[in-house]
Amino acid sequence: MWKLQSEMEGGGPSIEYVEEMASRLRYHIIRMVGAAGSGHPGGSLSSSDIVAALYFGGILRVDPRNPLWSDRDRFVLSKGHAAPVLYAALAEKGFFPVDVLLTLRKMGSPLQGHPDCKKVAGVEVSTGSLGQGLSLAVGMALAGRLDKKDYKVWALLGDGECQEGQVWEAAMSAAHYKLDNLRVIVDHNHLQIDGPVEKVMSVEPIAEKFSAFGWETVSVDGHSVRELLEAFRRPSAGKPLAIIAETVKGKGVKFMEGVAGWHGKAPQGEELDRALAEVTMREKAEERGQ
Amino acid sequence: MRAARDAYGEVLVELGKENADIVVLDADLSSSTKTSVFAKAFPDRFFNMGIAEANMMGVAAGLASAGKIPFASTFAVFATGRVYDQIRQSIAYAGFNVKIVATHGGLTVGPDGATHQALEDVALMRVLPGMTVIVPSDAEETKQAVRAAAGHVGPVYIRLGREAVPDVFPAGATFEIGKGNMFLPGISREQVIAAPPSTLEFDVSFIACGVMVKECLDASALLEAEGIKASVAGFASIKPFDADLCLALARQSRLVVAAEEHSVVGGLGGAVCECLAENYPARVLRIGVLDRFGESGSGRELLEAYGLTGPSIARKAKAALR
Ligand SMILES: Cc1ncc(C[n+]2csc(CCOP(=O)(O)OP(=O)(O)O)c2C)c(N)n1
Ligand SMILES: [Mg+2]
Repeated sequence: MWKLQSEMEGGGPSIEYVEEMASRLRYHIIRMVGAAGSGHPGGSLSSSDIVAALYFGGILRVDPRNPLWSDRDRFVLSKGHAAPVLYAALAEKGFFPVDVLLTLRKMGSPLQGHPDCKKVAGVEVSTGSLGQGLSLAVGMALAGRLDKKDYKVWALLGDGECQEGQVWEAAMSAAHYKLDNLRVIVDHNHLQIDGPVEKVMSVEPIAEKFSAFGWETVSVDGHSVRELLEAFRRPSAGKPLAIIAETVKGKGVKFMEGVAGWHGKAPQGEELDRALAEVTMREKAEERGQ
Repeated sequence: MRAARDAYGEVLVELGKENADIVVLDADLSSSTKTSVFAKAFPDRFFNMGIAEANMMGVAAGLASAGKIPFASTFAVFATGRVYDQIRQSIAYAGFNVKIVATHGGLTVGPDGATHQALEDVALMRVLPGMTVIVPSDAEETKQAVRAAAGHVGPVYIRLGREAVPDVFPAGATFEIGKGNMFLPGISREQVIAAPPSTLEFDVSFIACGVMVKECLDASALLEAEGIKASVAGFASIKPFDADLCLALARQSRLVVAAEEHSVVGGLGGAVCECLAENYPARVLRIGVLDRFGESGSGRELLEAYGLTGPSIARKAKAALR
C-alpha cells in the first residue's frame, strides 16, 4: 500500500501526498478501463483530485477494517458511472486488494460497471441511475442527526446530473431540514454525453441555484488539492454546503481533456498505450519529486 | 448483422421527411439511441431534454396534445421505470400519441451492469391500458415496427437492444401491430391458424421476441437434429397480443416455450400463460431472467450464464418434453 508518509510527520496529510494519490487514482482508472474494454474514463479522471482529497486528505473518517462502523462518514458517488475512481480510492485505502481493480466490469467481479453496495465494502449505496444520490445522502444525514452522531455525509454529483429534477427536490429538503452535516460536491466539468452541458441543457447559474435553495455555496478549482481541502474543512454554517468544483473532463490524459467523446469509451491499443504513458509518466515524475 | 438502434435512427429520418409533425426527444443519450441522426437532419424538430427523463415524458405528452407525433428515446431502464408515473398519468391515461422508443433493453447491455439492464420494462408498459408494446427481433423488423408505430394513433412502447444482431426476420414478411409472424417452419401465421387440429404435429413451439428469436431458431435447429419437430414464432407485438396465433400453436404442439430477454414475470411469458390458462390450458415453459437483477459481463456471457442461449433452451425444452 501507498505510504502514509506525511501522516507520519504529524499534522494532516500534505498536499503533495494527496496529489500523489490523485495521480495514482488516475493510473488505476486508465488501467482498469483499458483492461475492461469499456467504462467511463472522462468523468472518473475529472473527479480524481476531489476523491483523493476526500479519502487521502484526512477528510473522510472511514475504517477499511470496519467498513460498516456506525460513526463513519458517508460518501455517496451519485455519478455512479465514475465507479473506477471510487474503486481505485477504496483499494488504495485498503478496503480490498489493489489487484482486484483489473477485474472491473468482468463477469463475476465485485466491481460492477456501476457501484453495487452489496458487493463492495466501502460502497455505501448502489448508484448508476443519475439524480438519486443526493436523496440518499439526505436520508443518511437525517439518520445521523436522529442518532446524535457527528458523522458527515458527502455526495459527488455530475453537472449534467443536476438536470434531474430529483436533485432539486433533494436540495430543497436538505435546506428545509437544515442539514449542516451534509456536503455536496458538483464535478463541474462542463460536459455530458451529448456535448457541452451549456448546449444540451444549461444548469447555470449552478452555485446561485444552490444558494437560492438555501444552501451555503463555495466555488473552487477542482484540480487544486489546496482549494479542495480548504473548502472541505470549512466549518458548518447551519445549513448544507455545496462545493462547485471547476474541473476538466478527462483531466490527466491530454487527448481526453475536454472531449465529450471520452465520457464512456475505453482507450484501446495505441490510445491505451498513450494514455498509460501519460499517467505513468506523471506518477514517475512525482515519485522523483519533480 | 445490424443493431436495431441503427435502423431506428435511419427510419426516423425517413419518417421525418414524410411527416412534418414527427418530433423527437432524447435525454442526453442521442448518440447511443441514434436519435442523433434525426437531430442532424431536422435540428428544429429535435429536443435534447438533458438528463431529465420525467420532464421529457411530460413534454412529449404536451407536444402530442397539440397534434405532434413525439418519439421519446433513452435507455429502457430510464424510459420506463424511472418515468412510470409520467407515462401512466400524462400519456397513457389521456391516450396521447407518444412513441417511446427505448434502446439498451435486457441483459445484453452487458458490462454497465444491473442498473442499466432493463428486465422489467415490458411488464411495466404492458400493464398500462391502451399501451402498445413491441419488441422487434432485428433491424428489419425494427424499421417496420417504428413505421407501424408512427401510423398507429395512441401510445406505443418499442424496446430495442444495444448490440448488433443477426438478421432473422423472414424475407417478405410484414410486421403488423397485434400479429405475430412465423419464422420457422416456412408457413404463414394464417396457415397455422387455419390448420385443422393436430395436423402440424409440432413437438415444441417457441414464442419469442427480441434477441431471443435468434436463440430459439438455434434451439430448434438443435432439436430438429434429434428428430424433435419445432416451430418458432416471433411475437414482437406483445400487446396487443396475438391470441389467435398463440392458441393455434398450443393446439398444434406438445409444449409451448415462451422466450424473452426479460424477467419471466409479467412479460411475453406472462402474456402467453394468461392467454393459454384462460382459453386452452397447455404446458408452457418460460425462458427468461428468473426474478433477479442482472450484472456486469459481456452480452454473450450473460445470455449463457442466465440460460438464454440456443443450446440451453434446447436442453430445457427436451427435458420438459420427456
Ligand atoms: C437517470 C439516468 N439517465 C441517463 C443516464 C446515462 N448517463 C450516464 S452518464 C451520463 C452523463 C452524465 O453527465 P455528468 O453528470 O455531467 O457526468 P460527468 O461529466 O461527470 O461524467 C448519462 C446521460 C444515467 N446513468 N442515468
Ligand atoms: Mg459533466
